[in-house]
Amino acid sequence: MKHSFFPATSSSKKSYYFTGGIKPPANKKRSLRSVIMDTPIPEFLYLSLKQYSGPDAIPVVCVGDKVLKGQLLANAEGELGVPIHASTSGTIREITNRIIPDEFGHEAGSICIEADGQDTWITRQPITDFKSLGPELLREKIQLAGICGLGGAGFPTGKKFSSNKPIDWLIINGAECEPYITCDQALIRENPETIVSGARILQRICRALHCVIVIEQDKQDAIDALGTAIHDCEIELISVPAKYPSGSERQLIQMLTNQEVPSGKLPQDIGVLTANAGTASAVHNAVINNEPLISRITTVCGDALKTPKNFRALIGTPVSFLLELCGIDYTSLSRLIVGGSLRGFTLKNLDAPIINTTNCLIAGSLREFPPAPAELACIRCGSCTDACPAGLMPQLLYDQIRSNESAKAKQYGLNDCIECGACAYVCPSHIPLVQYYRAAKSDLAAQKLRQRLSAKWQQRFEVRQTRIRLNEKRKKGSRRRSLSRPEGMDVTDTSLENFSRENAKQQIADAVARVKARKNRTPTNTQVKTKNPGEGKP
Amino acid sequence: MTALAFSPWFLIPISLTLFMVLSYALLLLARNLNWNANNQPVSLVDLVNQKLPQTQCGQCGFSGCRPYAEAIVKGEAINKCPPGGKFTINSLAKLLNKAAIELDPAQGGYTVPTVVEIREEECIGCTKCIQACPVDAILGAAKLMHSVIRNECTGCDLCIDPCPVDCIDVIPLNSSTPLRWQAPAIISNPDHFIRPGNMT
Repeated sequence: MKHSFFPATSSSKKSYYFTGGIKPPANKKRSLRSVIMDTPIPEFLYLSLKQYSGPDAIPVVCVGDKVLKGQLLANAEGELGVPIHASTSGTIREITNRIIPDEFGHEAGSICIEADGQDTWITRQPITDFKSLGPELLREKIQLAGICGLGGAGFPTGKKFSSNKPIDWLIINGAECEPYITCDQALIRENPETIVSGARILQRICRALHCVIVIEQDKQDAIDALGTAIHDCEIELISVPAKYPSGSERQLIQMLTNQEVPSGKLPQDIGVLTANAGTASAVHNAVINNEPLISRITTVCGDALKTPKNFRALIGTPVSFLLELCGIDYTSLSRLIVGGSLRGFTLKNLDAPIINTTNCLIAGSLREFPPAPAELACIRCGSCTDACPAGLMPQLLYDQIRSNESAKAKQYGLNDCIECGACAYVCPSHIPLVQYYRAAKSDLAAQKLRQRLSAKWQQRFEVRQTRIRLNEKRKKGSRRRSLSRPEGMDVTDTSLENFSRENAKQQIADAVARVKARKNRTPTNTQVKTKNPGEGKP
Repeated sequence: MTALAFSPWFLIPISLTLFMVLSYALLLLARNLNWNANNQPVSLVDLVNQKLPQTQCGQCGFSGCRPYAEAIVKGEAINKCPPGGKFTINSLAKLLNKAAIELDPAQGGYTVPTVVEIREEECIGCTKCIQACPVDAILGAAKLMHSVIRNECTGCDLCIDPCPVDCIDVIPLNSSTPLRWQAPAIISNPDHFIRPGNMT
């Protein structure tokens, strides 16, 4: 059964295919001309405490502390958090809110390190054979090293590999289909053995029966390098046609297994786990070299640069520092895009640092990225339906969103949209479709949050109302009881049969007499003593 | 012929038709009722209440969301809920098959979501805010410091007036930067789709 899942070897003639997709110009050659370059250490590094959409990490260092390279700076918070480590040795200068590279220009807590230039490592304990450690121990090591998905989504790898579901296939994703991005290709070309080693570690953790590494066909140098690196292990190399978005997790799985990941489910639900090639390499570093995730390969490219290349950049390096290393011409820079040209976003502030998920920086000139043409009416040509890799009908979604029917768009599968941008790329009317989808998706998410909150508030309100009602009832009940039977009075006397006006008058007169007698007695010593024993003492 | 017309056999098709009509009517009735998780029919008041934001702020002039829902079912206007805003008005209009009208200005304008926070060093521990809070979101005891449970606060501001020392601050939840994706600006500009031929 399991062996019919995939073709036996990469040499088999099976054609890998998924519906839709586009073939945009790759624009990858310029940044691949040179080898990966280690960046010099910038004067200041800014490590953001927010690396994934999970909660911010909690700092464990103070301003003024001296830290070593690889030292823990902040602990992971919650299940989806990742710990942060110092990417070089130096002094903590400040811990404040600072700009992070995201679509909206948000700020997040950041630790600023002033580098001392020594780059002194903390003591590490490298191991030679990962098989000496059990799967759970390996997973813990990865989690503590702060490894997260380096392909762009940044999901914590330790969390991803903690599921107990049986895994048939582990897919190492080196497809890298998006234009401009070359960081995985460069890494595979230069350090294929780290990826193979990382893949074997990940396979041991998730106990996958089979492991494959996927590369697009047009990356021949990477295929050759990896082919020699895997000659003596059971990992399989598969080359898939170069088509965007073949590197998207769901499309990749569909292509390899002919199975679609059901809507709202995760790949592990059908027995597949995927990890990026860069992540595999980081896993190797974390387990074998005992190095936390403090650097990543980042492609820096675009027409506004003299020498685009791939950097092994320390996490926290300011974007402008990398751009200047490539000889940026600020006069011709019109847009700086973080990520690829199809899924990336424009970064407004060049002081933002590199974070775990920054795989590419495109310094585009005006000629390269001209301003978007005006949006025209949808002519219902259906090109977007042909291009959609998720099998949706983008023009219908667009119609629903335009008429403010986000809920209906959800019925048409809005949440299955992977926001790849293929529909907007082929649209002859230049409609920014993905932006509509993202807006509608955030609307739906906000609505869901609102519903959750109001259900909670309603419940709390009702609980409070019930409590108040019960309290009042109890109070009323106790008052009725006290009215019917006043304290200190003989029960038989107050019964209705014995009640008479004279009797009552007599009782009142008695009570008044008792009070008078008590008043006269008050100044005596005994009274004071019993009332206030502290004062009565001589 | 007349003898045949009063024959009891004629009752069979008549009673059959009657039975079918009645059972169909019952079926329609059952389908139109909404059922909740406990298999009890949900009233219209419940449905209206579900559409309201449950901030329990009383800006509508009623003592909470449920009293307002009851009033809406009795014919009160649907545009008196500022925290719910346009979204609530639209969904109420859809539910009740009424026109979606603009928010009643007498109830105040749309506001950004807020929460309150007690300046704890100034709190004298009078418990007045605790009694005012409709959702038990304030923690404290007499003559001890009080504190707002931020995650439970609905931003109704009902605790602000009772506070004798004015130590409660309103904090907007949204920062100045947008937290989510905005639709292209064109969405609010319907003129865009007027073609030259249609222009007047």
